[in-house]
Amino acid sequence: MFNYIFKRLLLMIPTMLGITLVTFFMIKLAPGDPITMKLNLEGLAKSEEVSPEVIKMMRRQYGLDTPLPTHYDRFIKNLKPQWVAKASRWFGENAIQYRKWLLRIAVFDFGRSLKPDRRPVVDKIREALPVTLTLNILDIIIVYMVSVLLGVYSALNRNTLKDKIMMVGMFVLYSLPSFWVAILLLMYFAGGEHFSWFPLGGFLSDGMDTAAWYAKAGNIAWHLVLPVVVMVYGSFAFLSRFTRANMLEVLGQDYVRTARAKGLSSGVVIWRHGLRNALIPLITLIGTLLPELLGGSVIIEEIFNIPGMGLLSFESLKARDYTTIMGIATISAGLTLISLFLADLAYKWADPRITFEKL
Amino acid sequence: MEKVLSYRQMVWRQFRASWLNRLGLCIVILLALMALSAPFLANGRPLLLRHEGSTYLPALQNLWPFSYLKLYPQIDDDTWQTMMEETGWAYFAPVPYSPGDYDLDASLLPPNSAHWLGTDEQGRDILSRMIHGSQISLSVGFVAVSIYTLIGVFFGALAGYFGGKMDWILSRVIEVMICFPTFFLVITIITLVGGSIYNIMIVIGLTGWTGIARLIRGEFLKLRHQDFIVACRAQGMGVFRIMRKHLLPNALAPVFVSATFGVASAILVESSLSFIGFGVQPPTPSWGDILSQASDFIDIAWWLTLFPGIAIFLTITAFNLVGEGLRDAIDPKLKSVE
Repeated sequence: MFNYIFKRLLLMIPTMLGITLVTFFMIKLAPGDPITMKLNLEGLAKSEEVSPEVIKMMRRQYGLDTPLPTHYDRFIKNLKPQWVAKASRWFGENAIQYRKWLLRIAVFDFGRSLKPDRRPVVDKIREALPVTLTLNILDIIIVYMVSVLLGVYSALNRNTLKDKIMMVGMFVLYSLPSFWVAILLLMYFAGGEHFSWFPLGGFLSDGMDTAAWYAKAGNIAWHLVLPVVVMVYGSFAFLSRFTRANMLEVLGQDYVRTARAKGLSSGVVIWRHGLRNALIPLITLIGTLLPELLGGSVIIEEIFNIPGMGLLSFESLKARDYTTIMGIATISAGLTLISLFLADLAYKWADPRITFEKL
Repeated sequence: MEKVLSYRQMVWRQFRASWLNRLGLCIVILLALMALSAPFLANGRPLLLRHEGSTYLPALQNLWPFSYLKLYPQIDDDTWQTMMEETGWAYFAPVPYSPGDYDLDASLLPPNSAHWLGTDEQGRDILSRMIHGSQISLSVGFVAVSIYTLIGVFFGALAGYFGGKMDWILSRVIEVMICFPTFFLVITIITLVGGSIYNIMIVIGLTGWTGIARLIRGEFLKLRHQDFIVACRAQGMGVFRIMRKHLLPNALAPVFVSATFGVASAILVESSLSFIGFGVQPPTPSWGDILSQASDFIDIAWWLTLFPGIAIFLTITAFNLVGEGLRDAIDPKLKSVE
């Protein structure tokens, strides 16, 4: 087992390098870089808003201002075919800049925001991450609880009218675009002229910072009702269908028949023998939900004005605050990588039948 | 004698057995027809104009390929209007407004006999904008998914067939892509390169291929040691011929299903991008763009929210229904479990 964990940890190193490489080349697309300068000339990118001072700061942050070492420069000047010299220059420049970027990331130095407040990027992320996590953990708990119940219910009533109606209903919910539902909910249940039950957006009302914890929690819950509703309904279809299929498979197994034969009540058979085994594959599905979990949902957080990672990335993108964007990208991808690893371990821990040997 | 059905016939027979599948397919075909014939369905210029014995086609003249062919005399807006006043004989499209025709006197009209689905703030006809918006949605959906299917099949095939180092490297690349939230990645790159329809197609294509690559990789890993492949190799067949003629046909069905769902999600991504203002730039009509204007008039103009939302919903549902039906049809194992 430790062998396995060790191997997995080693495998994470190239992936993490890949992540930083992606963010590095993404930043090279940003203004201030030769490629984008060219794009700007063609009028494809909007660079009017980017001041020279910001570009200078960004180039320093990403090491784009680093010159090639003189000996290397002299060396590639003597290379004969023109394209070899050019390619070597490109590689040399990028390697040296990437190394600088990597060294900064290693100590979580993502520089300062390019917005007027000039705050460190890490601070901004540290504030936004808990908000997104609260929202998404609530989301996952509700999604799993509801869809497991629905899945078991329709597995027990398989191929009846109830089962079919439920599946079609889930399917319709799955196809409803969430941002549209968000607007409709805001229109009918918040602030408007119909039912003013919920706030128009935000995470915590003004002046609630100092309130008692239960008042604070209640306030947050009140703010999160609509966003959580919008986030959960789309996942029901997939998860409940998955639970249903697993449940049907498990209920056909010999040990379930044995349990029935020895006279256990159907409740015990379904919940203890059936469901617990049907749940194991659901752990792997967390893996598909994780990237959104840490990156935050840009659209939902924007519509409901929730100050999480999604809204932070949206506002940074609007302000062309590239250092913050790259910080968010790197940190959320890195955290996702770690969580995927943990989910994998949990899966193997939950199901002892899975061997550790295969990688 | 019992008739022997080919695989394709069997899938089709399974598929059409359910009315939901047929409904989904019908909607998809209708949408495609609507997108293809958008200039004839909604156009501010008359389709046909007769004036002093000669025929003009003002609606067609700016439309590729007619704009190159120049079969008919070119006339500008003022000319055809005066011509029409003189003779009074013109045949208009069912929706006689172009998506960009603004009329500030008709701002924010609710649905009425002239504007069937109402107008927006600048008095543009919503129905016309939605008909033309379907072109954007469907083309983004199809092109983006075609791009990523090609990329995914290519990388998945390499990883699955060769295994070993190639598989290791490509698996790491896929893992890197998975770690980024897709929508965040798309919106970031779009911000960096600009939000034209082509960029959106390419970016969705470049970020969405991992699912299909994993699918193909898995199938190829399963198939590559089977007897028929070993036999091909023993005959000295080339690698790419084996992949194309013998492996790919056996692995393509799930890819097709995945691509159908992919079209639905690409359409959703495009409309979400346009909704938050990072997508197709105005004045190009797009469903997401109409919705984003709607959020400013949420209490007074319900038609701005309702109709484009329903359009997006119907389109996504239709593609998902077709995908669902295909999945059930190609997977006989699933049928026996149910």
